[in-house]
Amino acid sequence: MSDQATTSARPSLGTMQARSGAALNEAKLAIRNLDFFYGAHKALKGIGLDIPARQVTGMIGPSGCGKSTLLRVLNRMYSLYPGQRAEGQVLLDGENIIEEGVDLNALRSKVGMVFQKPTPFPMTIYENIAFGVRLHEQLSKAQMDERVEWALTRAALWSEAKDRLNTSAMGMSGGQQQRLCIARTIAVRPEVILFDEPTSALDPISTLKIEELIDELKRDFTIAIVTHNMQQAARCADQVAFFYLGELIEVAPAGQLFTAPKHPKTQEYITGRFG
Amino acid sequence: MEQMAEHTVRSYAEELRRLRDMIARMGGLAERQVADAVASLIRRDTDLATEVVGRDAAIDALEREIENFCIRILALRQPVGQDLRLVIACLKISHGIERIGDYARNAAKRSIVLAQQPAIGSLNGFNRMAVLVQENLKGAIDALVNDDVARADEVWEADEPVDQVYNGIFREMLTFMMEDPRNITAATHLLFVAKNLERIGDHATNIAETVHYAVRGENLPDERPKGDGSAYAVVRPPG
Repeated sequence: MSDQATTSARPSLGTMQARSGAALNEAKLAIRNLDFFYGAHKALKGIGLDIPARQVTGMIGPSGCGKSTLLRVLNRMYSLYPGQRAEGQVLLDGENIIEEGVDLNALRSKVGMVFQKPTPFPMTIYENIAFGVRLHEQLSKAQMDERVEWALTRAALWSEAKDRLNTSAMGMSGGQQQRLCIARTIAVRPEVILFDEPTSALDPISTLKIEELIDELKRDFTIAIVTHNMQQAARCADQVAFFYLGELIEVAPAGQLFTAPKHPKTQEYITGRFG
Repeated sequence: MEQMAEHTVRSYAEELRRLRDMIARMGGLAERQVADAVASLIRRDTDLATEVVGRDAAIDALEREIENFCIRILALRQPVGQDLRLVIACLKISHGIERIGDYARNAAKRSIVLAQQPAIGSLNGFNRMAVLVQENLKGAIDALVNDDVARADEVWEADEPVDQVYNGIFREMLTFMMEDPRNITAATHLLFVAKNLERIGDHATNIAETVHYAVRGENLPDERPKGDGSAYAVVRPPG
């Protein structure tokens, strides 16, 4: 026999239960048992992680934990440097991209990257975007104009840039330059966009604009973002992965990781009780 | 209990400690209110009852102070993980303790009226309930202060005896009322006092649930052991 009146009077803990958020999509990138070496130093140890399609995966962890290294593996950036190698599997739509013989130009047109500091080329705004597109596609002038407008619009920069397309990109503010770099990245129509601390050099308003942009871009692109700013990971990411000393310690939907992480190391890191 | 490392920012750790201390202080005040409210009832001590009524303002003030402090921590520290759970738990628990204070005050007010009425029954059940709910309240607050999830779970499971004593009082009071209508005023007030104590027990249980969540990050099951069947109770007059 239960007392209904008493039951209904009790406030439910359900309202404060960690929300796991919407379900995660199927993996666009599937990382399997990935090891990475800088010469003899093993920087990533047995990483297994799914990066869901058209969602944002945040990567957090202290400096040297391997999160940026992982990002550099995902578009084979490390192949530019002798002595660096990856073992295991990184499956992009089922194809292992760290195998020998992968067409790196084709890969990098599929997996774009935006860096910590805005890196505009010393060219006009228009040329900054057209430059990368020409490496992959032959477009007519009209088609290129259209592509530049599309990329700038998607990067929320069109209204600010449309009257100065033929002026130097170096004259833009830091936040505008970063959005230009995002426009340049999406202009080649990649499938995955990697962000390596994209807002650490920006002021709070420019940061929010980039975050809003990421939220917008995830409708069409799969996104992985490395950030030192945990609030940013909390705001932007659908799932968050915590790395420590080259290992993936915990991966969970953002709502869960920031309210009730399972691993004590994650708990210590996100609450600021580290080391 | 798992002891976490200290915060890198000491002033933040200090604030979280202070928050726990405030809840402990508030819980202590509420325990005393419950004890004194029942003592005033049993001893027919209207002075003590009046004191209890007057002291409730201190609990209300502490609730507001804790609420403001929690809002401040949320705004300035943006807590996550166990710290976030602790701050939210303290917000909820301070509200629960404030309700407990209100029930104690209400019981004290009724004991002032009851002191003017002829005595009925032994009031042993009230004493017993008061002891049980105080123990549970103290246990729940201690569990919060020490991150002691086992203690919280004990309290969560310990509400049934409170409900059973309450059921007994409920039947007893109905019987007194049927025996002699002149008992109705006193018996009705006593019933409300018993209900207040029963509700205080429920709030202690809620606090224990909240502590469990704060420490573990997961909820206790929806259903807990219950013994209050008075909502279905019927006592028929003899003959």
